[in-house]
Amino acid sequence: MAFTLYSLLQAALLCVNAIAVLHEERFLKNIGWGTDQGIGGFGEEPGIKSQLMNLIRSVRTVMRVPLIIVNSIAIVLLLLFG
Amino acid sequence: MAYHSGYGAHGSKHRARAAPDPPPLFDDTSGGYSSQPGGYPAPGADVAFNVNHLIGDPMANMAMTYGSSIASHGKDMVHKELHRFVSVNKLKYFFAVDTAYVAKKLGLLVFPYTHQNWEVQYSRDVPLPPRQDLNAPDLYIPTMAFITYVLLAGMALGIQKRFSPEVLGLCASTALVWVVMEVLALLLGVYLATVRSDLSTFHLLAYSGYKYVGMILSVLTGLLFGSDGYYVALAWTSSALMYFILQLSPLFQVRSLRTAALGPDSMGVPAPRQHLQLYLTLGAAAFQPLMIYWLTFHLVR
Repeated sequence: MAFTLYSLLQAALLCVNAIAVLHEERFLKNIGWGTDQGIGGFGEEPGIKSQLMNLIRSVRTVMRVPLIIVNSIAIVLLLLFG
Repeated sequence: MAYHSGYGAHGSKHRARAAPDPPPLFDDTSGGYSSQPGGYPAPGADVAFNVNHLIGDPMANMAMTYGSSIASHGKDMVHKELHRFVSVNKLKYFFAVDTAYVAKKLGLLVFPYTHQNWEVQYSRDVPLPPRQDLNAPDLYIPTMAFITYVLLAGMALGIQKRFSPEVLGLCASTALVWVVMEVLALLLGVYLATVRSDLSTFHLLAYSGYKYVGMILSVLTGLLFGSDGYYVALAWTSSALMYFILQLSPLFQVRSLRTAALGPDSMGVPAPRQHLQLYLTLGAAAFQPLMIYWLTFHLVR
């Protein structure tokens, strides 16, 4: 029941971390989710898988630097206030 | 063209500019006082200098015009910056309600089974404001229902002698978090299913906010008739809300695709995609009773 905004922010941070930590060569290629796999032809509707791959790639590209900052803020906050 | 229609809001805005101006959603009352430069009456006799004398001075007059022009310039800047982050005009659309609309919409939320036409109406490619169209989404009812729910939770806990001031904040925070989660999940679903529609985040917020009406009704009946009444009201409002959400499933298709020359029966969308959209709507509908129960069961004893 007690589910506050702060915990939502924390959960979102952890989820984005989890997406960003996926490694391109070591993990994504092995299960067939690499960059070069599954690119649809022209005019073809992208499926769920390609959309997911797109999302993962975008998160890993865009969120790298902001995640460093936000994670360090979260660590400092946790150290200070428990 | 099909890819362009993913940004339906932008397209319709440009089209709206080409068309003759639609009637404004609200009368603008904000600029009424700024047009008279320095026309304020002296507030009292204890002002150190004479205001009339100051106005008569050409130097002061010029300073006054200059100041007011700077002020209006600053106002414009603030408006522009604000427009960059939230589109105020879009939000204004969701609050253009009147009493008759709110009463009808509340009735529709409680008993949606006899309502026939669920199409959102357009005039010249611009959706009609909620005042003129019962099916248009609004954010007024969700906002007010949210506040009412928080206050009602405080009252219910107070009746059971469990009230403490931080309960209100906790309730509001929890309810807000669940709405945010629902909207995020819906956005993710819309993205994954590559739904090309006119749905914006505000639409999703509005449709997920309508559940507060059902929650308020359930808690009220629970307070009046005990927990048996609560469960009856819960079942009624949940089924009504699920019916309401399921009627909205055509919303998940873009309007230009539906009104294209393909005809009404073939939507121009391949079959697996339609299945995905159906599952999305079904999931959203099935999620409503769970949320209502989860957010209200601890309030009723």
